Amino acid sequence: MKDAFGIPQSLLILGGTSEIALATARRLIVRRTRTVWLAGRPSPALEQAAEQLRGMGADARTVAFDALDPASHEAVLGKVFAEGDIDMVLLAFGVLGDQARDEKEPVSAVRVAQTNYTGAVSAGLVCARALQAQGHGSLVVLSSVAGERARRSNFIYGSSKAGLDAFAQGLGDALHGTGVHVMVVRPGFVRTRMTAGLRDVPLATTPEAVATAVETGLRRRSETVWVPGALRLVMSALRHVPRAVFRRLPI
Amino acid sequence: MPADTVSVSGWGRTAPTTARLVRPRTYEEAAAAVRECGTRGGIARGLGRAYGDAAQNAGGAVLDMTGLDRIHAIDADGGTVLCDAGVSLHRLMEVLLPLGWFVPVTPGTRYVTVGGAIGADIHGKNHHASGSFARHVLAFELLTADGAIRTVGRGTPLFDATAGGMGLTGVILTATVRLQPVATSLMSVDTERAADLDDLMARLTATDHHYRYSVAWIDLLARGASMGRSVLTRGDHAPLDALPPRVRRHPLAFRPSQFPSAPAFVPEGLLGRTTVGLFNELWYRKAPRARAGELQKISTFFHPLDGVPHWNRVYGRSGFVQYQCAVGHGQEEALRRIVRRISERRCPSFLAVLKRFGEGDPGWLSFPMPGWTLALDIPANLAGLGAFLDELDEEVAQAGGRVYLAKDSRLRPELLAGMYPRLGEFRSLREELDPRGVFTSDLSRRLGL
Repeated sequence: MKDAFGIPQSLLILGGTSEIALATARRLIVRRTRTVWLAGRPSPALEQAAEQLRGMGADARTVAFDALDPASHEAVLGKVFAEGDIDMVLLAFGVLGDQARDEKEPVSAVRVAQTNYTGAVSAGLVCARALQAQGHGSLVVLSSVAGERARRSNFIYGSSKAGLDAFAQGLGDALHGTGVHVMVVRPGFVRTRMTAGLRDVPLATTPEAVATAVETGLRRRSETVWVPGALRLVMSALRHVPRAVFRRLPI
Repeated sequence: MPADTVSVSGWGRTAPTTARLVRPRTYEEAAAAVRECGTRGGIARGLGRAYGDAAQNAGGAVLDMTGLDRIHAIDADGGTVLCDAGVSLHRLMEVLLPLGWFVPVTPGTRYVTVGGAIGADIHGKNHHASGSFARHVLAFELLTADGAIRTVGRGTPLFDATAGGMGLTGVILTATVRLQPVATSLMSVDTERAADLDDLMARLTATDHHYRYSVAWIDLLARGASMGRSVLTRGDHAPLDALPPRVRRHPLAFRPSQFPSAPAFVPEGLLGRTTVGLFNELWYRKAPRARAGELQKISTFFHPLDGVPHWNRVYGRSGFVQYQCAVGHGQEEALRRIVRRISERRCPSFLAVLKRFGEGDPGWLSFPMPGWTLALDIPANLAGLGAFLDELDEEVAQAGGRVYLAKDSRLRPELLAGMYPRLGEFRSLREELDPRGVFTSDLSRRLGL
């Protein structure tokens, strides 16, 4: 069960090697979290991540999960929920893609969309139903500021996150009053493996900062969390910039 | 039987979960509700005054017992009452005071049910003299997981597991309670101020036994030399000859005052350090340095907050946590450290309370232990509060103390067994009596009770 501050005792991470998710798990383990499920494609990295969390005293387990195989989600995630209540699901899988290549190769662009959006729709719905049956739990969805307004420089990734974000918001409304809390987290540029080699931008943040914001959001039962918080203002201004100007902005 | 799927939370309004709320109106309906509660089990709920998650059951059934509220028999000579578990202490006072009887133990609210009073083995300002509620319970009827209704008498393991057992042994249906005779419905109250914590503890230790009821309000925002400054209020039921002639004509009238409800929406952070600091300053200054024999209504002395319905809303949407711990005699140093930490941390707590407990009672998970208890409430949205309270727990556990399960919503489960040495017996009795875990609550899931 969650405690009075929203800290879960059991956590399921979809996208078990995500640096943001693992930073969040580490933070929550220090507080209350004892059971952590890392769902992801079987790999040494996934096992290593579990081993690291075990070193912190958590009962960390791995489960084979593929975002690109929605047909398997029900069975795979159903088994996890059958083992006991899950207080929080962190939906953290996603790929950035390579905009230049993806524009040329529609098939690889579709892979970005299928991972970030289609996979999340299926996994999100399966988890939402299980959480609803429990009568409690948080579904935390890692969206991105990129979904707030698609930019010329990464609109394929951005559009997939826009879809994910809209889906998560709607799901949150659908689950309102069921005891299940859906929280959309919109980080800006996070310095991780995924963004390694990319040009750093103002207001860039770290996985640890996202983890802190998640913990605060859980305590406040927030529906939307921006990391850093200043992005809420920046993005609400950018949203109203005319297209003709927006497409020329150096962002 | 009516049933709704609703969001349920404790009085602190943190961590709400959804459950099927069932309202049995007969014992048969209660038994049917237990039989049909499904794989996620059920838990009885009274008036929802437990601060934490003791009376909620995510995804399962919650049995609202307030529909079972008949008073079956009053022995006005012997001073006992036989009533349904859903009867509130408020109702008992309305009925019993005119007959010259009072409930043996009342907490800071009248709006708890008899079932809840047994399940949490509540204590009041008279604990040092009268012990906890279960000490005055002669017997109760318990609906257990097998669907049977058992009559449970004092001195049996099932009695001791149920008193303070947070509803996890079964659903209490009726209880026979021994009452306290009173000549009037007024209290004769002595008030005095204590300049700091040591002064307070010395006064309580030296003179508590002169009073049936005793409690100290403590200003936890005061620092330095005035750390722990407090207002002691102690007293007893006023005898008839203490009443002025006009009142003496109706000495047993029970007329609690009522103020408007707290509004449904209150902005977050209303009760911050500044407002609570101002309140505490005023509260301390307005108390007389020493006053004896003041006549107060029962509701003013025991239940000041009951006058404001839904006062729990003043903490805003994120709610608040109550922290109540007890440490034994000889652990005064630990208590001092705890008070010092709270005042240094500047936790905005108003109506923090310190009192001395008398002998404990045999309830396996019963909270009171001979020594000291400190209770305070803190807005849940205070940053870093979880980690801070964890540190206090460590201090309490090291001193051999415990936190109160009826108020808990956040204890680290690992500390529980140390705080409640008879937890093992409790678990094995539940295992035997309820192998399928029919009686389950968010509290029991969270702490592995």
